[in-house]
Amino acid sequence: MAYSDKVVDHFNNPRNMGSFKKDEEGVGTGMVGAPECGDVMKLQIKVQNDTIVDAKFKTFGCGSAIASSSLATEWLKGKTIEEAQKIKNTDIVQELNLPPVKIHCSVLAEDAIKAALADYQKKADGVLADAK
Amino acid sequence: MKLPIFLDNHSTTPMDPRVLDTMLPYFVEKFGNAASRNHAFGWAAEEAVEQARKQIAKLIKADPKEIVFTSGATESDNLAIKGVLEMYKEKGDHIITSSTEHRAVLDTVKSLEGKGKAAVTYLPVDKFGMVNPEDVRKAITEKTILISIMLANNEIGTINPVKEIGKIAKEKGILFHCDATQGVGKIPVDVQDMGIDLMSFSAHKMYGPKGVGALYVRKKNPRVRIAAQMDGGGHERGMRSGTLPVPLIVGFGKACELCEQEMAKDTVRLIAMRDRLEASIMKALEESYLNGHPTNRLPGNLNISFAYVEGESLLMGMKDIALSSGSACTSATLEPSYVLRALGVGTELAHSSIRFGLGRFNQDDEIDYTIKKVIEIVTKLREMSPLYEMAKEGVDLKSVQWAAH
Repeated sequence: MAYSDKVVDHFNNPRNMGSFKKDEEGVGTGMVGAPECGDVMKLQIKVQNDTIVDAKFKTFGCGSAIASSSLATEWLKGKTIEEAQKIKNTDIVQELNLPPVKIHCSVLAEDAIKAALADYQKKADGVLADAK
Repeated sequence: MKLPIFLDNHSTTPMDPRVLDTMLPYFVEKFGNAASRNHAFGWAAEEAVEQARKQIAKLIKADPKEIVFTSGATESDNLAIKGVLEMYKEKGDHIITSSTEHRAVLDTVKSLEGKGKAAVTYLPVDKFGMVNPEDVRKAITEKTILISIMLANNEIGTINPVKEIGKIAKEKGILFHCDATQGVGKIPVDVQDMGIDLMSFSAHKMYGPKGVGALYVRKKNPRVRIAAQMDGGGHERGMRSGTLPVPLIVGFGKACELCEQEMAKDTVRLIAMRDRLEASIMKALEESYLNGHPTNRLPGNLNISFAYVEGESLLMGMKDIALSSGSACTSATLEPSYVLRALGVGTELAHSSIRFGLGRFNQDDEIDYTIKKVIEIVTKLREMSPLYEMAKEGVDLKSVQWAAH
């Protein structure tokens, strides 16, 4: 199976690969997938004033999974929480030209975005609750 | 050194140029049909086929008349299993095989099982991938008509105790079929000594051409009979109809002759290169696990799982080296290697496996390059792996509640 140029580019030059400290202020962490399924994605966002100022990922998985999460971090940066919620797996499929067998990689990336946003929200709500 | 490097010699082997040389005259010049008995064109073709039959038989210590040409090992496996079942159905319908056989055997018996034509016992293997001959003995029933166990595994290279299994088969009067596709030409094979009654093998795994294989069918002690699976001109003593592909057969014969002459030399070279590859990788990369038997395996085989990185991404990172992986992402079924699973290798490590297959034409500098690349890419992908990060932080990955998808 041949990979699209964009998948190869993200694989060879992953964007925003790395980690934030999970307990850092404004950081939301999403971890999805399972090792026995062959892919695990960790996606993190750093939020300031409702805007995602930075994003990082680490992925165990095939080239398409790595590319999907790398692309997701690229897209997340600069978006508001609300805008980030709207990223769909089909957008990733289209951008990376993923074949049908690799669609689950994009689904996983969308799940990771949602999980990171939810984690951030939970933490933010917690901070609010503590303040009260 | 030329890129890409071919280290996937279990999938196929490059043809030896000396094989090609012997084949060439049989395309245009000596194009006769080996079944044409009445003219010089046919005679020349027949003579070439019989010469090849001798070369092939010699390599496996058989009689030339015991060689039946087929299109390859898949057809040989089908012919052996279906042919025996059909011929001996009054005697029984039970087949004993193992869980790590090639799909050509497993899917054949499963298809027969599904149609209600056979009852099948799938023997487990030990952690090295070996069948225990005593398990074979215990599985035998009054209805057992065939034991089908491979010589060497195509993924992990483990060599089965075929001689012991052959002895049990003989003792119990049951036919023994051996899929020896990965073994013939690589390790010594002696159908007499090993007690094999039917044996499948293929030319393209031993530096010969694709599209031709053989089924060894024992002629005496006992005389094995199989029902043909294709109707036609009754070629190959009625067992396999179809005009013989003379150039391919000539090449197959030459490939066998070369293997016989060069096996000892090739083996020494391959083991030295393979062991160096293994030792260098294992030394540089922690949590790398050898799959298969540490010593009792094919000279050119090396199968390693690299914890925390996924196989397909490893292959993608080494695009200029042709390798194969047990990862689900590289298979059509989206399941990780059933062979590794049968050994008790965890699913996550099965996803992380790489098979190196060394062959006659690999050189030391290619191994050097591969060692360097493997270390580079595994290190890079581990840096990228959340699992590696967690393991380094001391998280027990088995204790994590993963959301399977």
